[in-house]
Amino acid sequence: MAVKPYKMALAGVAATGMIALTACGEAPDEDGGGDDTEASFHACMVTDSGGVDDKSFNESSWNGMVAAEEANPDIEVSYKESSNEADFDPNLLASVDDGCDFIVGVGGLMTENVTAIAEDNPDLAFASVDGVSDAPNAYSIEFDTAQSAFLAGYLAAAQTESGTVATWGGIQIPAVTIFMDGFADGIDHHNEAKDTDVKLLGWDVEKQEGSFLNSFEDTAGGKSLTETFISQGADIIMPVAGPAGTGAVTAAAETDDVAAIWVDVDGCESLAEYCSVLLTSVEKNLALSVKEAVLAAYDGTVGGEYIGTLENDGVSLAPYHEFEDAVSDETKEEIEELKAGIIDGSITVESPASPGA
Amino acid sequence: MSAETEASSAGPPETDDGTEPRPPFMVMFGRYLTEANSVMVTVYSLLMAFVIGAILLIVSDDAVRGTWSYFFSRPTDALSASWDVVSSAYVSLFEGAVLNFNTLDRFAAGTADFGDILRPISETLTNATPLVLTGLAVGLAFRAGLFNIGAQGQLILGMLGALVIGFTIDAPAIVHLPLAVLAGAIAGAAFGAIPGLLKAQTGAHEVISSIMLNNIAALFLVWAISTEFLHSETRSELVTRPVNDSAVLPRLLGPLGAHLRVNAALLLAFAAAILVWWLLSRSTFGYRIRAVGFNEHASATAGMHIGRTYTTTMGVSGALAGLAGAALALGVGSGGVTTNTALEYGFDGITVALLGRANPGGIVAAALLFGALKAGALSAQPAVPVDISTLLQATIVLFIAAPALVKALLRLRTPRGGLVTLEAKGW
Repeated sequence: MAVKPYKMALAGVAATGMIALTACGEAPDEDGGGDDTEASFHACMVTDSGGVDDKSFNESSWNGMVAAEEANPDIEVSYKESSNEADFDPNLLASVDDGCDFIVGVGGLMTENVTAIAEDNPDLAFASVDGVSDAPNAYSIEFDTAQSAFLAGYLAAAQTESGTVATWGGIQIPAVTIFMDGFADGIDHHNEAKDTDVKLLGWDVEKQEGSFLNSFEDTAGGKSLTETFISQGADIIMPVAGPAGTGAVTAAAETDDVAAIWVDVDGCESLAEYCSVLLTSVEKNLALSVKEAVLAAYDGTVGGEYIGTLENDGVSLAPYHEFEDAVSDETKEEIEELKAGIIDGSITVESPASPGA
Repeated sequence: MSAETEASSAGPPETDDGTEPRPPFMVMFGRYLTEANSVMVTVYSLLMAFVIGAILLIVSDDAVRGTWSYFFSRPTDALSASWDVVSSAYVSLFEGAVLNFNTLDRFAAGTADFGDILRPISETLTNATPLVLTGLAVGLAFRAGLFNIGAQGQLILGMLGALVIGFTIDAPAIVHLPLAVLAGAIAGAAFGAIPGLLKAQTGAHEVISSIMLNNIAALFLVWAISTEFLHSETRSELVTRPVNDSAVLPRLLGPLGAHLRVNAALLLAFAAAILVWWLLSRSTFGYRIRAVGFNEHASATAGMHIGRTYTTTMGVSGALAGLAGAALALGVGSGGVTTNTALEYGFDGITVALLGRANPGGIVAAALLFGALKAGALSAQPAVPVDISTLLQATIVLFIAAPALVKALLRLRTPRGGLVTLEAKGW
């Protein structure tokens, strides 16, 4: 391993040259400003697994935090990422130690941890995104996604060519099955109204049983599960599995005449390269609800609950984007009517997982 | 560094009588520092890992990278920005793992209680507990020349064993808790003995069979959780019933604060380390393990039963991994076991055993270091990326596993006995 001195010298010269070439820029003017005013209210977010830039759940929630910070300069936000459930407790506790005034736990899996730590820290305000916390000082943010999934189910039933559509979930928790319930009901509604016989694979509302990946990260597993459904004739697939759902979208993109429905956020924004196979998305307006929760907490609101519905725009069906022409005007009108019907209560969408159910 | 020592050792040795001069202590110490012996390689590996971590912290920070682009117009910016980002990152890692100065200030001001000061330590110890046990499991097998990659699977089985006893039996804690812990050890031992037995009977390589058994255990866990017997009655996701209160490991620092999560499993882990030390250095069984590890053929010639030693060593190794599983299943906070509870503790045990050089004291120290890195990384975000902890661990192990690299990079001298590299025989 003896390196000849002249080689070392050469390497040194080369390295210095590289640095010199890249380091000759102009120095900027001294202190570019930057507001150093200390914010008095510190809101902290603990992510679910997947990280703060997951183009889905965590990212939307974080956008809401940032929006709150921009709306009120006296609010400062920060986050801690969890790579798995074991990180929930340490991250929540570290947020308490950091002196956070308001701590937001993202994801239904964290609800129990948030509740326990909220009870230990009665002076602080907490929030649980996508879960109902019993702690008096925790604000529960929930979404009645069965409503928007109902519209997606109706749309899927109207659009399918093969007469078979499919859905599958990441982990069997209420925040996931609520999508599947609404989706199934929407298909049933189409079957009754139009006398069709569209079949749904992957979820049985009666038995509350279906196909689950048991992971929110296993993209390859999601892809193979989707391929199984495609081989069984499904031509529209709705994965309810966070990042693992991208497996379904790639499978759809690789097969002709198969489309996918994305969930949580507008897939055409988070997965822009696959927009051409995304029929629509069942959105939860996380950013809006988290922002409202932070601003409310700043104003002194502790505890309480928010339920996102079609009526308050907390849940919605995303634009059709590249399927704008493929969806008939008749179907679009029917969906608008259904939406109005759900809002005025003439149509009820019920799921065992619905908030308050 | 080597230049310094040469200069100091070049001085004339002062002796009164004409006998062989014994070099002064500082010279001996200097020689020790510049020698690639196992202690110094470990120390330098740690230092170099932190240097590499620092470089990556600088490179990955947009603002700091910006200041380097005009280094020659105003070098102070780049240097001070780099120093700031690196020092604040390591300080916050330290604060998350050992002692948080903010909390200390708050304690002085009366807004925090004593328990809050102990939380970083408590987190470090909580993380270290299963690592000590899986590290011992892998380390013990190393000593017999066996590479137990199956600690993960043995841990999972131990977790299930402890869990089942934990919620099926109704007994006072004094009986219930030891029984549940024992069940974990037995389940792990039984599962661990399989690759040993296969090797003894058929010659099947333990690395291959234990990797396969890991997959079997992981998939078995998913299935087991979904059975009606184990599945939680109140939650619909994949999570088991929680263990009864009488089988929950008590928190060591509970009276000081509900958030101090370190529990009695830590004592169990330390006891196991002492036991393994005694086993290896004082018992006949340990002598047999080491003899087989040094040279199986010679041991066989000397009349030792090699196959039995393989099986029993793997069994004890599995029992240690099973204890780690019991520690996880009976620890509070989870409210039941999920498919994620075992994390990667079994595999991390391999790195811990390597870093600790398969030596019980070293394994405890390595587990504490990794536990501290994990605790520090979680609490230091988002200023420091979480992955920095994994990166430091990986770099440390990389250097430890390659003493020749450390020796070449730092121009260290070869120690008298040659370089020490830990390796599993027959691989």
